[in-house]
Parts: sequence; structure tokens; C-alpha cells
Amino acid sequence: MAEASYPEGLLYHPEHDWALVDGDIATFGITWFAQEALGEVVFFDPPEVGSSVTASEFYAEVESVKAVSDVIAPLSGEIVEVNVGLADTPEAINEEPYGGGWMVKVKLSDRSELEALLDRDAYVSGLS
Amino acid sequence: MSTIPEGGATAQQRERATTIFEKGAPGRRAFTAPPLDVPAVDGLIPARMRRGEPPLLPEASEPEIVRHYVNLSKRNFDLDSGFYPLGSCTMKHNPRLHERVAALPGHARLHPLQVPRRAQGALELMFRLQEALAEIAGLPHVSLQPSAGSHGELAGVLLTRAYHADRGEQRTKVLTPDSAHGTNPATVTMAGYEVVKVSLDAAGGVDVEDLRAKADEHTACLMLTNPSTLGIFDPNIQEISAIVHRVGATLYYDGANLNAIMGYSRPGDMGFDIVHFNLHKTFTQPHGGGGPGAGPIAVSERIAPFLPRPQVSHRPPDNGGLPTFHLDYDRPKSIGRLRGFQGNYGVLVRTYAYIRSLGAEGLKEVSEVAVLNANYLLARLRDEVGEHLPLAFGERCMHEFVLSGAPLKKALGIRTLDLAKRLLDHGMHPPTVYFPLVVEEALLIEPTETETRETLDAFVAAIAAIVREAAEDPQIARNAPYTTPVRRLDEAGAAKRPRVRQAL
Amino acid sequence: MSGYTAVTPEDLELMLAAIGVESIEQLFDGIPAGVRLDRPIDLPPGDPEQAVYAELHRLAARNTSTEDELCFLGAGMYDHYVPAIVDMLMSRSEYLTPYTPYQPEVSQGGLQVMFEYQTAISELTGLPVSNASLYEGPSAVGAAAYLAKLANGRRRLVVSRGVHPHSRETLDTLAVGYGMAVDEIALDGAATDLDALRAALGDDVGAVIIQQPNFLGAIEEVQTLCAAAHEHGALVICSVDPLTLGVLEAPGAQGVDVCVGEGQTLGNRLDFGGPSFGFFAATEKHLRSMPGRIAGETTDADGRRGFVLTLQTREQHIRREKATSNICTSQALNALGGVVYLSWLGRRGIVELGELMLQRTHYARETLSALDGVSRLHDLPVVREFALRLDAPVDRVVERCAAAGVNAGYALGRSYDEYSDGLLVAITEQRSRADIDRFAEVLGNAVAAECALQDAGVTA
Repeated sequence: MAEASYPEGLLYHPEHDWALVDGDIATFGITWFAQEALGEVVFFDPPEVGSSVTASEFYAEVESVKAVSDVIAPLSGEIVEVNVGLADTPEAINEEPYGGGWMVKVKLSDRSELEALLDRDAYVSGLS
Repeated sequence: MSTIPEGGATAQQRERATTIFEKGAPGRRAFTAPPLDVPAVDGLIPARMRRGEPPLLPEASEPEIVRHYVNLSKRNFDLDSGFYPLGSCTMKHNPRLHERVAALPGHARLHPLQVPRRAQGALELMFRLQEALAEIAGLPHVSLQPSAGSHGELAGVLLTRAYHADRGEQRTKVLTPDSAHGTNPATVTMAGYEVVKVSLDAAGGVDVEDLRAKADEHTACLMLTNPSTLGIFDPNIQEISAIVHRVGATLYYDGANLNAIMGYSRPGDMGFDIVHFNLHKTFTQPHGGGGPGAGPIAVSERIAPFLPRPQVSHRPPDNGGLPTFHLDYDRPKSIGRLRGFQGNYGVLVRTYAYIRSLGAEGLKEVSEVAVLNANYLLARLRDEVGEHLPLAFGERCMHEFVLSGAPLKKALGIRTLDLAKRLLDHGMHPPTVYFPLVVEEALLIEPTETETRETLDAFVAAIAAIVREAAEDPQIARNAPYTTPVRRLDEAGAAKRPRVRQAL
Repeated sequence: MSGYTAVTPEDLELMLAAIGVESIEQLFDGIPAGVRLDRPIDLPPGDPEQAVYAELHRLAARNTSTEDELCFLGAGMYDHYVPAIVDMLMSRSEYLTPYTPYQPEVSQGGLQVMFEYQTAISELTGLPVSNASLYEGPSAVGAAAYLAKLANGRRRLVVSRGVHPHSRETLDTLAVGYGMAVDEIALDGAATDLDALRAALGDDVGAVIIQQPNFLGAIEEVQTLCAAAHEHGALVICSVDPLTLGVLEAPGAQGVDVCVGEGQTLGNRLDFGGPSFGFFAATEKHLRSMPGRIAGETTDADGRRGFVLTLQTREQHIRREKATSNICTSQALNALGGVVYLSWLGRRGIVELGELMLQRTHYARETLSALDGVSRLHDLPVVREFALRLDAPVDRVVERCAAAGVNAGYALGRSYDEYSDGLLVAITEQRSRADIDRFAEVLGNAVAAECALQDAGVTA
């Protein structure tokens, strides 16, 4: 995705991860800033469905040609779905970081953690 | 060269790369087996253990094999052919005498398990080399076993572990500065320790206060190189050594930058306990396109009991007829073996020849000219392109220096990567790029002592030309190189869908 | 000024002026007085090339190489014939002097050689992914154990006593750092004891390590051992002699997960133990955990076929503390020798070489064990190396043979207390029937002489 983009309606973690919350299920991914810093993504190794994630801790790795980055969970919960399509087209993380590049869906365990996340404007102002 | 080369592709470039597996034809051969001169017996190997189909190796004649590999070699740039200022790699000339002596059958065709009595030449060479390296390092005990710098590092961390265990201590952390070569953290993990980063100060040396805060009773070791990967001799080395030793940790020297200080300072005198040498850097072992090398280590008295087994040792002359030089396995506190046999002897032969050729004065001259050449190159580049490619730290340097391409990127829109690729069109190998990580758009340059002033001037001219060209048209560098056997390659594609062998 | 530097007084003046200092000494001002070397390095002065050559020649003359005696010594490195084209290609500037290929546009020669080498090793071992080489055999075994640790996180390794002593010792050293325990499985006769292996397996065993042929030259039941290991979820690491793979089944076809080994026999000299290379091949699922360099095929901006170092995020310089190993060299030049040698041998040559060694080894074992005072240590099938028992002290017999110009082999007692009367004999294509007959004569005389001394009650 050529132009920097940070959609409204998402919650952001300062380590450049986003969460889309829908009831008690949240979808996670990395932001435009993160994919830009990485360069072209070549590999994403998803965690197992059923495993748990903890807010602000890493739950997966994303690799580009030259770098590996930890992917941080914005919120805690249990993984209910992973984006298996990324195995064939990891570049979706670059091209549609908020759409086809989604990484996992998680059943939230502690909704109070939402308060710690940033809204779009707060995240974007933290970038400069 | 300020215009985009026209046409450009040579016949060799147009020719599609074909592997040896795509050459030859069924029935062709280069090898002829000696005739069977013993009775042929069936059933020596049970059928279930036998290979079914022969492996799909090529079938080609000798001329086909030779032509293939000779032509393939011409797609390589090499040190004999041109300037190769890769920082941190010490790409100095590989004297050809060394190849001749290493090939002498008495060295080259000696079996590693030959009994010591009939390998006295080899064992003496190793013993004398140990002595010479001990003198250069300023540490009395040497092991020639490790196969590479990273292997020597692993040895060093395992020695540290053994040293602490012997004292009944279980330390958990190894400290390493932010600018360290990537090998260091990986080595630390493989040796079972946790990596703790130490920050650098504004001058590019170890931040002594940060070190003081982080060094404690859990610290096993601090791994350092001096001069650092920024090409700067750390003026605080004595204090750093004191801090580390006060908490009972070991101080480890990465010998990658030894080329800067021979005859001027010795790591042992700086307070280091363990030193590794890169024989393929400082001591002219040819890099071979990525190995072989060797990474012998020198250690202080207190670390000596833990050295790998065997050690090359020396008996006094009147010992009842036993060979003078021998392999000593009787080392009860040794960490054990790190590899088969006793080390990369072929590399040791070359190193020995180099040290004998240069002698004390010659080794000192190596460092003098290495540092002179680097400072000259730095000064000329500062004059010509200093505004776009400033020195990242300090005013002068030792044997290498780091420029930052950040201003170049900002002003002219080309990155260090583009500069490097365009340099290929000028017939030179680029410096090391994007390392050390602490410098943005880093360009790490090490000319070494074997380059002439004319070559250094030509490099400066090429860099200046590329910068001027970029000011007019940045696209040229962004799409470079143009004149090499292939142009920029799709590395992302290679990593996404790896094809690591020919489909047969 | 040595022959390798080129700073004339004119150069010096110019350079110092450009830098803005008065002398070279000033450039070393940054070194504090407390760590200055205030005397010359204590080494002799340098010698001209001719004198250095003479000295290295004198040292060489005090070694008895395989040129000077008839060599039946193996035990991990072997006296094979290295064809002249290997020497010639390994000494070409373009292969000898460049660095690791970090600028692939000008390194297609080296990168394609790696790709071809990887292909050859895959073919030989029957495993789909190979790296571009590691340092040598025993450290490749150690690297494979680290891969097992990354793959299944288990803490115990089980290794057969038939694995080369240097590999077992290296594994012991490295395992300390890995935080893994190593258990040894005894031999039954001369092959890995399957019952003992089964008893040692459990869900904490990450890998089983075996060697084919084993150190005593015996062919192991690899398939059966693999099945036992896999039942308990352990990986199988097999160290193999590559020149037996023309006649022996490929390890990948027998269930081996990671195949490693010493590559010296593939176009590399003995060199008193190194440099050589270690090979490392594995099943597809371990590709991203492989240590060392890997070359991959790709295309350039104009669609041309080309090669690059790939999967570099595994390597030390990017992942840093999460790397799959700390190895940043391969043994590129030695691996070049390897792939050239394999191309020279060719598809049929490796089979013919294997069959020749097989037959001569059989002949040698028959002939030697028929001598008085000499018997077989085991009867298991062998390919190129076998073990004998001597009725006289092995070291003394070996010494007598050496005096008669024959290197009789490896005294097994040096590594195995239980085989203190054992001698390990190796055959290559360079040992003809006439050589073997000469060996038999010399060995027969040596054993007889030593037995006579024993009978006469003469002490050593």
C-alpha cells in the first residue's frame, strides 16, 4: 500500500499493531508503519488456533527479506482463527495491512484492556 | 559515467544461466574407475540396504566440466581483480606463496590421525604458530581448533561458562554493545546465555555508565571488539575492563579488527581474557567466496585449563625418546572438542607463512598502513562528498570508518543501497552496507593496507561521480547496476517461494 | 615497505597532508598510554619469499604423508584421488579471493556453485533441502542437534556409540550450551543395539543420532532405527560417508530427517584434518530452521535467471539472538571442490567407485583376517572400512608396519577401551590389489614378530 493509512474505527497499540473489535471477537494485524519499516513480507508463521495471547506480548513473527519482527498482541485472549491465506500470499500484509493482511482473530478475555489502546489520532500523533 | 548505458547487455549477460545439471549427456564421463583387480563377489550388501537408482549427478566430459566452471567464474567479481573495501572483512591481498606451501604434499596429504612421531613438521608448525599468536594477542595460551571467527566466539563463551561453573557459579547474561557484529548475540544464545545490550555513548564507544549499571553478579562476560565496528578505539577500555573484572565476569575480544593495532596495542594488555583471531581477515587466508577460515583463540592463565582438547604441546628434548611436539589430551577441565581432528591446518600453514614473511616489523607496518589508508580515504571522501556522506562518529578513524547515507537520501533521493549498486558499474565492490545497525544508511569502509593510493583516489572519484550523477538524475542509481552479469534480483521472491536446488 | 604494501615517501607526504597530520604515529593517538605496546612485537624479522618457502618445505619434509607411505588409515578422513581439475578451479582468482556473496549481481559464479552443490547433496542424500555447507562433519552433527532443539524443544539427545568419537565429543561440548543432555546407546556386536535404543527413547528425546557406515565400518539398519525413533516423535540425524552413497540406499529414503557428514572425501585434501566441509540436508519442513548459508534461485529486473543468498533471516546477522545458528561462513571454496568432484565422478562414476571399494574391501578383509594372529572384529557387511582384532599389541604392530612403509590403520583402543586389540582399516580406489597384498605381507610379518616377542617373554 503506497500511501500511509490509519483507518478510523480501529484501536492501535504503540508497537504498531491494530485491533478491530466486534463483540467479544477482535481481529489483529500490523499497521502501515510496521509493514513499511519491514519491507516486502516474505513469510508469516501463524500461531496455533486455541493458543492464548497476552496483551503487549509477542505472539508471532513476520519476516521480510532482511528483517524479522515480533508481532505484538494488542489485547489478551484465545486464538479462534488464523489467516491461512498468508502462507501463499504474505505480501497481503504490505498491500492490505488492515484488510487481506489480517493475522488472527481472538476471543477477548479482558475487555478492560481496551482502555489502554490508542485511537487513530493518538497513534498517528505518536508516530511523528 | 553520467548517462544510462545504452544497449548494455553483453553476450554473456544475454546467455541464460545453466547449471552443470543441464549440461552433459547420458554416457559421457570424466572419471574412469581403475579396473576391478579382485574377484567380484555377489551379495556383499543385503538388497534392502542397496541404493535403487544411482543419484542424478551430471554425466559430462572433463572439457565440459572445465568450461562450465571457468565460464561461471567469470560471473564473479573478486579481490585479485579489483578494489573490495568491505568494512569488517579485511579484504587484503592473498599472497600466492601461501597457496604453494599449503599444497606441498608433506602438508596437504598428511592424514590427521598420523602418529605424532611422523607428523613433527605439522605439530611444530602449529606450536610455533600458537606462540606467535600468543605474542600478538598478549595472552599466553592458544587453541588453534576453532574453524572460523564465529566458532572461536562460541568457544570463548563456552570457556566462560566452564570457568564460572568451576568456581561454583551459575551466571546467566552476556553483555554486548549495540554495534556488535550479528554473530555475537547468536553465539550467546547457542551457549545458553541471555543477551543484554549495552548502549554506546555519543562518541561511539561503550557507554561506561550503562555498563556499570548493567554489569552485576549475573554477568558472565562482556563481548567487545576494539577498535569497534565504527572503527574507533575505545579510550575507556581500561575502565571497561576494570568494571567487568570487578563483578567477576570475563572480557572477550572479537578479533575482527585486529588489523588496526598490531605493534601498537595487544588485547591481553587491554585486559581481555579471551581473544579470537580471524585468520581469513587479519592473516590473509583467502575468503574463498565464503570460507574456509579459522578462528583460533588466545586466553589468559585463569581460562587456560578449560581450552579445547587436544592442545598442541611441547616436551623437553631429554624425555626418553618421545616426540618433541605432540597432541595433549590430558586436560581434565577442558570444555572438550569443538570439531573433528585438530583444526583447519591448511589455513594455519598459510598464516604461519604470512607471519614468517612479515615478521615483527612487517606486522606493525600492516596496521600502520591500514590506518593510514583508511584515514586518507576518509579525508578525501570528506573533501569530495562529506556533505552527503558524513562520517557517523568522531573526526578520524582507525582501519575502517562508517559514513551515513542519510543526508544523501534526504537531499538527492538515493539510498546507500543505490550508491552501492551503481558502484558495481564502476568496476568496484561496494563497502559493507547497512551495518553497523546504529548508523542510518550505513556505509562501512575498510580499504586495508594492500591497496595503493591510486586505487583509493579512483574510489573517491567514483563515489563523487555517482553523487553528482544522482543530483542530475537519481533514477540512474536506483536502477543500477547495468553492466553486471545480472541486474537487481528479486530477493523477496526467493524468500517467499524458495527454490534451493535444481529440479531434476 | 613489504611486498604487499605500496606507500612510497611521496605517497606518505601526500597522504599525511590530506589527512592533516604530521606522522602516522599521530593516527594512533587515540590509544591510551596504559595499553600501548612499548616495545616491538617479540617475533623474528620477516624473511623473503624464497626463505619462507624453504622453511615450509623443511617442515613438510618432517611429515610422513600419504605420498610417503601406503595408507590404510581412515577413521573419518580418507586418501582418495583428487583430480587435477579440482586444484585448478579452486585456485582461480574468481573463486579463491572474493568474500561471501553479499552483492549478488557480481557474485553469480559463487552463488550458482552453491546452488549446484546444494542440488548435488540433495541428490546424494535423498533429502530435498541442503544448505551451502558447514565447517566439517562433527560440527554439522552438533548443528543438527540444535535444529532438533528448535524443532521440538525436547531436552535429551540419544547418540549411538557407533558415531565417530569426534562427533560424539563435539556434541557433548555443544550440548552444554544448548542445555541438553546426551545419552549414549551401546553397540551390540558392531551395530547400534536396537533394544537399547528402544529402552532409551521417551517423549523427552528430541533426536537420535546414528552414523552410516558406523565408525567400525559396519552398515547399520537405518530404516529400522528410524522407525523406532519416529514412534516416539524423535528426529533422526544420520551422519553418512558420502562416497558410499553410490551403493548404499539414500538416507532420505530410509526415514532420516537430517543427514549430515564429513565432505573431505569429495574433492578435498587431507590437510592434516582441515579445511574441508560438512554437508547438511533435511526434509522440507526444516527449511526455515536450517543453519548456515542457503542459495536460492530467482530472477533479475530483466527476467534473467539468477541466484541469491536466501532465507537470510535465519542467519545470525538479522535474527541476532533468535538465529538458527551463529555460523556466518560456509566452506564455499571446499564445497566448490565438492561439486566439481561429484560432477567429475558423475552418475555412473559414483556407483563404479562404490562397487570397486566394496569388492576391494571384501578382498582386504578376507586376506588380512586369514593371517595368523589376525581375526575379524565383526562380520557385519562393510563398504570401505572394517575392523580387525590383533593378537599382539596394536600400537607396536602399527609401528612395525610404518617402518616397512605401510600405515596399517587406526588403533581402535585410542577411542574404544573395549576394542583395545582392534585395528580399523580403510580402503580407497587408490589402494590396488597389489597394495593390499603388500599390506598383508607387512602386517603378517609385524604380527608374527610381535607375537614372537611376547612368547619369548620380552616386555615392551
